[in-house]
Amino acid sequence: MGGVALRVEALSRAMEGLVYNFFNLEVLLKVHPLLLKGLRMTLQLCLLVVPLGIAGGLVVAVAYSFHVRWLNWLLIAYIDLFRSFPPLVLLILVFYGLPFLGVEVPSLVAVLLAFLLNTASYYGEIFRAGIESIGRGQREAARSTGLSGLQAMVYVVLPQAVRNVLPDLISNTLEVIKFTALASVVALPELLRMGRVAQGLTYNPTPLIAAALIYLALLWPIVRLLSRLERRTMAKR
Amino acid sequence: MDRIAANFFDLDVMAKYLPSIIDGVWVTIHLAVFIVLAGIALGFVLAVARAFQIRPVNWLIVLVVDVFRALPPIVIVIVFYFALPFVGISMSGFVVAWLSLTLVLASFAEEIFWTGILSVDRGQWEAARSTGLGFLQTLRDVVLPQAVRLTIPPLTNRTIVITKSTAIASVVAVPEILTHASAAQAFSANTTPLTMAAIAYLVIFLPLVVLSRWVESRFGWKR
Amino acid sequence: MLDLKGVRKSFGAIEALKGIDLAVTRQELVFIIGPSGSGKSTLLRCCNRLEEPTAGRVIIDGVDILSPRVDINEMRRHIGMVFQSFNLYPHLTALGNVTLALRRVLKLPRNEANERGRAALDGVGLAERADAWPNELSGGQQQRVAIARALALQPKVMLFDEPTSALDPELVGGVLDVMRRMRETGMTMLVVSHEMGFAREAADRVLFMDEGEVVEEGAPARIFESPEHARTREFLRRVTGP
Repeated sequence: MGGVALRVEALSRAMEGLVYNFFNLEVLLKVHPLLLKGLRMTLQLCLLVVPLGIAGGLVVAVAYSFHVRWLNWLLIAYIDLFRSFPPLVLLILVFYGLPFLGVEVPSLVAVLLAFLLNTASYYGEIFRAGIESIGRGQREAARSTGLSGLQAMVYVVLPQAVRNVLPDLISNTLEVIKFTALASVVALPELLRMGRVAQGLTYNPTPLIAAALIYLALLWPIVRLLSRLERRTMAKR
Repeated sequence: MDRIAANFFDLDVMAKYLPSIIDGVWVTIHLAVFIVLAGIALGFVLAVARAFQIRPVNWLIVLVVDVFRALPPIVIVIVFYFALPFVGISMSGFVVAWLSLTLVLASFAEEIFWTGILSVDRGQWEAARSTGLGFLQTLRDVVLPQAVRLTIPPLTNRTIVITKSTAIASVVAVPEILTHASAAQAFSANTTPLTMAAIAYLVIFLPLVVLSRWVESRFGWKR
Repeated sequence: MLDLKGVRKSFGAIEALKGIDLAVTRQELVFIIGPSGSGKSTLLRCCNRLEEPTAGRVIIDGVDILSPRVDINEMRRHIGMVFQSFNLYPHLTALGNVTLALRRVLKLPRNEANERGRAALDGVGLAERADAWPNELSGGQQQRVAIARALALQPKVMLFDEPTSALDPELVGGVLDVMRRMRETGMTMLVVSHEMGFAREAADRVLFMDEGEVVEEGAPARIFESPEHARTREFLRRVTGP
């Protein structure tokens, strides 16, 4: 009996410790403005990086579709080069390297530039595969009705290409949003960074757990959607 | 041009810090190999466990897998390293980086293997069961050989993405490439060590990226 | 040999089989015809529990296979099944397809399994294609390998689920030849198929099913020439043409 009571007491103490350290409402109330500020920065980063990355990727992929040999060689080199760099390395290189070049830019711009180089290469590869998956016949049919090359690309090829690679596009977007947390390393005040700062202020890791939960709330729906889409495309193979 | 040469390709700096960068390369490779072995094995086991279709077990697997696919790896690393000690769980930076990225890879691998298992035609199960093969025999001898083939390209890509993110281990002071390079950069007030780090990653990962292109064309759209 | 007693099967609110009684005796070839959705395939799949009947009994050579005490994997090797879509394992050769169950279920050593597998392939006229991959074989050859896969286990009963309907017309003959030879060697067979010519020539009995029940049954000549029920007449008129 005594043993059980002891064990129950130990368990309840452990639970208390867990709640105090990870789910401390008092701490959360104190630091929530910091977290919200971080969340705003994270969302801002996403809203800039994702559209810019998609645009960059489209430029790469459409340029590739002209099948000019030296250009394609260059584009593949660009894509594979930046697929080989860890994004964090690229970020630090750009962030600390630019000033040495005498280029003084706000840190947000440096972060954006690094992410863009990386993100555009991934989106580029996905769009490229999508465009390649559409047969020549589609473009020829469009050209035969008098559409220009660019019009055929925009109105006929791309809509089909995007549909073919939609799961990959969403999957990559998920990765890009996750990349934004790397910006905390160069002290950009995004969600993870603010969670760390708040932890430092309160000596309590609750803000960090809260930041993680916010990421989860933001990204879980995308993960669920992806599972569904991937299952459908793989079944079609 | 001189400025670039002096700040990004300073030969003296290169010579001085080359040994420490190479030390980092070994740590990165160790970390990556441990992650790949443990992550893919764990993902495989989880996918097979899921095939048994035991409701509560499957919910648990889906929950864990979803969480580790949704969270940014750096957030997981930081929570493990800076928050878990508060509840009495302390791990070295290397273990934290290994465990975090292993769990991330295992989660993606589980999802990939599971999708592969699902995509094997139902008729294959029925044919095998009609000849008297049991569930496990069918899974092992008929379904998995076909599923694994389908999973090779996505698994290769995902493995590269995750092993690349071992650079995150620098955040928790694991002496891998980026950690050495950042320290050297601070010390020499010169960007060259970072250039060296970039080249080191290129040497490790460019062959893998090229390999993944080959894998994609070899296994990609065939049945 | 194969006894079905009051077999019922429901999918939710839909009753696919409304109490089927059927006794197939040793060495008999029973043919089941009927419109699509009539429950023919479901009936066949209940005979080896690929589909779990909602009620009734399925007795094979004196063993009620629905009994919880029965090892269904042990029973299934006595009940061969041939599928409409062949379902050959694409990652194994023709011989590999035939020998998998020999090695895993009968636990035969590799060389013995191979010997028996080759003999089974020889039986369907494909001895020389033993090392071919399924995608290198024609549909008709694939289906013959699938038959060999089932026959190699020396089953007591063979179930055929529309074995020729996925085949090009010129490939149907080869598969029917194999079935004819099985019949001559005295195999007990239950066949769901639209091959009326084959039914007329080889079947002992023909069952006409519609909406989950057996509408009528009898010798092929009687069913095809003087069907009693309007539904049978209607169906035969549609499949055989005016």
